[in-house]
Amino acid sequence: MTQTHVSTIVNGDAVEFLCETDETLLDVLRDRLTLTGSKEGCGSGDCGACSILLDNRLVCSCLVLGVEAQDREIETIEGMASGDELHPLQRKFIEHAALQCGICTPGFLIAAKALLAQNPDPTETEVRYWLAGNLCRCTGYDKIITAVIDAAAEMRGNV
Amino acid sequence: MRFEAPTSVDAAIKLLEGEPGVVRILAGGTDVLVQLRYGQVEPDLMVDIKRIAAMRSIDEEDGGYRIGAAVSGIEIGAHAGLRKLWPGVVEAMELIGSTQIQGRATLVGNLCNASPAADSVPAMVAAEATCRIFGPNGHRDIPVHNLASAPGETTLGRAELVGSIYLPSRRPNSGDAYLRFIPRTEMDIAVVGTGVSLEMDLDGVCKNARVALGAVAARVLLVDEAASALIGSRVDAAALENLSHAAAAACSPIDDKRGTKEFRTKITGVLVRRTAQIALQRSQE
Repeated sequence: MTQTHVSTIVNGDAVEFLCETDETLLDVLRDRLTLTGSKEGCGSGDCGACSILLDNRLVCSCLVLGVEAQDREIETIEGMASGDELHPLQRKFIEHAALQCGICTPGFLIAAKALLAQNPDPTETEVRYWLAGNLCRCTGYDKIITAVIDAAAEMRGNV
Repeated sequence: MRFEAPTSVDAAIKLLEGEPGVVRILAGGTDVLVQLRYGQVEPDLMVDIKRIAAMRSIDEEDGGYRIGAAVSGIEIGAHAGLRKLWPGVVEAMELIGSTQIQGRATLVGNLCNASPAADSVPAMVAAEATCRIFGPNGHRDIPVHNLASAPGETTLGRAELVGSIYLPSRRPNSGDAYLRFIPRTEMDIAVVGTGVSLEMDLDGVCKNARVALGAVAARVLLVDEAASALIGSRVDAAALENLSHAAAAACSPIDDKRGTKEFRTKITGVLVRRTAQIALQRSQE
């Protein structure tokens, strides 16, 4: 089967790839672009481990086809830190021990970043509802929620 | 699978006409990609409609709004005019899935997936929404209620697609609402969903009502007997009691892991009453 050529932008860089038409963007990211930070939990949009930003909108990359990425902009967990400097959310997740096995963490971080971009001062309830599509089977969520709220405070400059 | 992303409706219809095999339309993909993954459908052609400009916008039309087939839940939720005009429909759409799903899922997709438990459909049916179907012979408008024929099946003909939903203007002193029951607060499929739209007169008597029920039959039900229980009343306790009975009597649900027949029927009676109370309150705002 002939593969489709796709030109897109990933974490600010122009990227080209070939993929099958029925291949998910998650598989393209992981298997063709070796960006393995996005994880596959369920493959059906229930767990959020594959969360990315597509044209600045939070989506599950397992529910996007690779070919849909043509001319779009993608942001993954790999684009979150600036060089060696972690994003405040990443630092706060470590500080608050908001992860155990880590599979859900990239998805949580991307989702939390999307939340704070549009709501810099969310309430606990707002954080919990926004992150309802990200499942963690280790931590019980409290530490994650605390880390997000703490990172939001730091990003607002109220440390 | 051939993948096409046309930029006009005509081009999309030509692609559908030219494909003798299995065709799927891709908008948000939140249903079709899951079906693809589980091998429930093996399309020969997938037509992505998101590059068709007319399908990406919400436009005012005759005091109502036309919502393109590729408009996502987040865009609907962020539209102040739509939220003001048909809050029940917007709330129903927003109940679907997570933030991630909302970024992709569409009203038309929810309709065309033809699930009896689709959250947005009872709300749209109560709102008397229509959908515009494009095909080889131009376009036609049909009530949203007539699109699904059975679980997973629609009345769409060959090479046809739904291009938009139209939510009509609203009369003064009217309101709508949608509620669903799920065992948790987020991220689940409706056990029962109830949509109510009603119009009151200046004396506080109900002039018109539409009551739609989801997840209690093979299709979303529009229950005239339930509407009759409200029309002519002040939507008082006695009328709400009649509404509950009429709605419950219309249910013919299945038993499944989400709820038994008895449970679904009982919940319908409770939920429809609460929904009517919210719609009534909105009619007075």
